[in-house]
Amino acid sequence: MSIKVEKLSKYYGQQAAVKKISFEIKTGEVVGFLGPNGAGKSTTLKMITTYLTPNSGKIFVNGINAEDDPIAVRKKIGYLPEQNPLYQDMNVIDYLKYTAELQSVPKDKIKDSVKKMVRVCGLEDVRHKDIGELSKGFKQRVGLAQAMIHNPAVLLLDEPTSGLDPNQIIEIRKLIKDLGKEKTLMLSTHILQEVQATCDRVIIINNGEIVADGTTDSLQKRFQGQINIYLIVKKDPRYGREKVISSFESVKNVEKVKLEGDNENAWQLDITANKGVDVREEIFMKAISLNMVLLEMHQEETSLEDIFRKLTT
Amino acid sequence: MNNILTIFKREVRSYFTSPVAYIIIVVFLIITGWFFTSSLFLAGVVSMRGVFEIVPFIFLFYIPAISMRTFSEEKKSGTIELLLTKPISDSDIVLGKFFSTLTLAALTLAPTLIYVISLKLLGSLDIGSIISAYIGIILMSGIYISIGLFASSLTENQVVAFIVSFLIIFALFMLNKILIFIPAPLITTVEYISTDYHFSSIARGVIDTKDLVYYVSSISIMLLLTRTSLESRKW
Repeated sequence: MSIKVEKLSKYYGQQAAVKKISFEIKTGEVVGFLGPNGAGKSTTLKMITTYLTPNSGKIFVNGINAEDDPIAVRKKIGYLPEQNPLYQDMNVIDYLKYTAELQSVPKDKIKDSVKKMVRVCGLEDVRHKDIGELSKGFKQRVGLAQAMIHNPAVLLLDEPTSGLDPNQIIEIRKLIKDLGKEKTLMLSTHILQEVQATCDRVIIINNGEIVADGTTDSLQKRFQGQINIYLIVKKDPRYGREKVISSFESVKNVEKVKLEGDNENAWQLDITANKGVDVREEIFMKAISLNMVLLEMHQEETSLEDIFRKLTT
Repeated sequence: MNNILTIFKREVRSYFTSPVAYIIIVVFLIITGWFFTSSLFLAGVVSMRGVFEIVPFIFLFYIPAISMRTFSEEKKSGTIELLLTKPISDSDIVLGKFFSTLTLAALTLAPTLIYVISLKLLGSLDIGSIISAYIGIILMSGIYISIGLFASSLTENQVVAFIVSFLIIFALFMLNKILIFIPAPLITTVEYISTDYHFSSIARGVIDTKDLVYYVSSISIMLLLTRTSLESRKW
């Protein structure tokens, strides 16, 4: 079950929330939709669920145009909205039955699918409680259960772990990861670890535009070119600050040397090397040849967090 | 049809899981009961007129009160998004909520049948006109409820929904009482728009197609407006 989005735009009044974004998600992919708050993640998901209509652009879910047949599209999708709204006055079982009926699960299968969801989402102990009485973690499980009650091929989760404590986050992530095995799954989040923990692919969106799209590995590789080396050099009367910087700049494959800090007895340097080249050895040799004392040297690879910051600020 | 029934069942159940419905029904019975007994015991008349005259007044407040939460609450809690992303049409949602609220109004009215039974035991009663009056009340409730649903679909604030629906209902109710201030050519039109005008003719025992057309078309228009208001999220 694939999702295809073509040049999708959505305006709230004059303000553009989403600007001509296009992407395609293949059957069985687990995609993280990453972006800062207000980037247009929720708006995009809402358009895929047909809750909102785009101002321009097209959405296809398994080849069905969402504009032509919204009901058919909704049948294929399981959706967990942001903030996980639930009927607080219903108990878990009744609520799941209600959603199953609305999702047109055949009458004779409702009982089984409710039972299955209660088991999969670990709701056995609370199944007769009112939803309003449940803890946030359990509410989130109920939200996931209602999204999957009709065994949808596509699962859209809008910030599924927001507001949970660290233990609950790990539990919910594990649940999502298990579920993602059989489904096309798209989850929006502004938390990077979430994407790293659960997704094969990440789409980064900022100000309504897609700024990066690829597997987490490929994105890391793409931006990894810039390896940064942090150096701390001991101050010594035999060489001055300019001398140190210029001598490191003369090392082969070094692109830039920046003075990061200058305290009483040491300089901190940030050396950027050319893509994919390890210059640590040359730097070390250069320092020895000038009798410089290195107090510290370490290399930093670009993390997904750096990529995210670079792309969205 | 199935979807309407699903929504209908949930709504009716939600009315009765909270104590509000029970309290409102009891208050309603106390008020109508007073009008029933005062005409029976003080004036010694075997008639339902007292009750039928007061019901439109009570419903002026009662219907906005039971319909104000239908959409406002879902908008406020965000559950409307769950509902509108299910494979059901917006009309199904509106109709499910309309019929469930109408059912609550009818259930509120049901205990007043005790008055009819006790009057029947006491003296002769024109059952035909009583049935006709009950039909009139249900149809009138239908208009009030459709207005209430529309007001509720406009806002996520239940108090605002209550006030808006009350104002519209009150205006429609009052129209045939201010006819002396209306220029002569407009009188028949204004009178025709008034809800109370049609109710009083049905309450007399005359079910005219003119009145039925009025009720059915008003309800349809308000429900269509409600659906449009739900769809306005997409604009």
